[in-house]
Amino acid sequence: MSSDPIDLDRIVIVGASLAGLTAAATFRAQGWDGDLVVVEASATMPSDRPPLSKQVLAGTLEPAAAISALTDRIDGLDVDIRLDHRVAGAGFAADDLRLKFFNDHEITADGVVIATGSAARWPAGFLVETEDSTANEPKYRPRLAGVHVIRTLDDSLALKADLDSGPNRLVVIGAGFIGAEVAATARAAGVDVTMVEYAPLPLARVLGGMVGEFVADLHRDNGVDLRLGVGLDEIVEGAPGRVGAVTLTDGSRIDADVVVLGLGAAPELDWLGGSGLVVDNGVVCDETLWAGPGVVAAGDVASWVNTLFGERMRVEHWENAIEQGEAAAKRLLAAGEGSDGEPFASVPWFWSDQYDCKIQMAGRPAADDEIVLIDGDPADRRFAVAFRRGDRCTGVFAANRPRIAVVARMRMAESLDWSHVVP
Amino acid sequence: MKVVVDYDVCESNAICMGIAPEVFEVRDDDFLYLLDENPGEELRSKVEEAVRRCPKQAISIEED
Repeated sequence: MSSDPIDLDRIVIVGASLAGLTAAATFRAQGWDGDLVVVEASATMPSDRPPLSKQVLAGTLEPAAAISALTDRIDGLDVDIRLDHRVAGAGFAADDLRLKFFNDHEITADGVVIATGSAARWPAGFLVETEDSTANEPKYRPRLAGVHVIRTLDDSLALKADLDSGPNRLVVIGAGFIGAEVAATARAAGVDVTMVEYAPLPLARVLGGMVGEFVADLHRDNGVDLRLGVGLDEIVEGAPGRVGAVTLTDGSRIDADVVVLGLGAAPELDWLGGSGLVVDNGVVCDETLWAGPGVVAAGDVASWVNTLFGERMRVEHWENAIEQGEAAAKRLLAAGEGSDGEPFASVPWFWSDQYDCKIQMAGRPAADDEIVLIDGDPADRRFAVAFRRGDRCTGVFAANRPRIAVVARMRMAESLDWSHVVP
Repeated sequence: MKVVVDYDVCESNAICMGIAPEVFEVRDDDFLYLLDENPGEELRSKVEEAVRRCPKQAISIEED
């Protein structure tokens, strides 16, 4: 099937983070020489994200290097980057794509790449409006100082300043990967850490009990006070305007002068209301990342049908932002040729470094999949497990076994048949 | 082209091997080995892909 070619004179990429800049580099690498504009809500260039909970926080990577790790991807390319351009509203009708910004600027485009990423979640009611907030453009800040999320370079540096000041105790709420990496970095710096997780085990909702037990032991053995099966009740003020403690759902109270919230992230979608696109836990795309006439999406915001798994998914991993940035750019250029492009099929993959342990996972397992040990022994902190659902391998989790993880991923890309992935 | 790996930076994430197994191999000792330091031009796009997707940006290409 093919369509009428779209005449692509100007392409606008919304979001200058990993997916957006990768898309920009891909347009140029593919030889497209039209007017390429990247609009970005923040007033400064975003940084690469993986170091924010690790090397930047530990002080072993300069902030400028975290930014250049991202911006090097478009170094020397003809890309018009417009910072401080937060989209207020968009209209995406066929042959009429337009964006309006809070700074009153507007732009029209022949093609749009949506790569707005996601924002950290905060507990209900904890954010209050800032003094420069307006009805037109509301702005928020946390109610108490000393309470952090990790999403931007500024977030990471603010937490670093608090950790460097010699706190008595850091409390991490949520034992997901960001929270766990922050806990590990803080322990390495000699900070006392309590990590609170609502589920009975870390990662239990996604990866099941065996992996959760391993991660729990890893943190306990490194001196983390791990509280499982309890949630955050309230963040309590200590000194005026500053956190002093948290209370938990079991009635306990932990004195804390620094708190990190690892409550996950939500895709940045509010600006798409009334745009004409379908939004449902992400920008709803087909299997080629196509969201609507002339519009593609990439990275955290893209909900698409992964044909390899036969299911709709939205993936917040670093590498997915690169893969989808490339694929979305190519999809838009295909539309310029009147083609419907290729499905974007992938095996999601991520890594997490905690203490001396490199964790890697390929695939998309569910917590009720059968877990099979395929290499090593968790007690040695060097092992791999595979997840099985019927005749399928849905994922592989590896600790300090990168070769096992990558080989499994290569096989999964060919076929998810259990006997193929785990011969 | 010559492929250069900065082994001080490399963390053996093994992404490169998934993209260009003709050039990169992470062995059972979990260290990265270069199978071909001077791969042919037919492998250029794969090696460039590996450069882009290395989480540590530990791989670079030097032109001959």
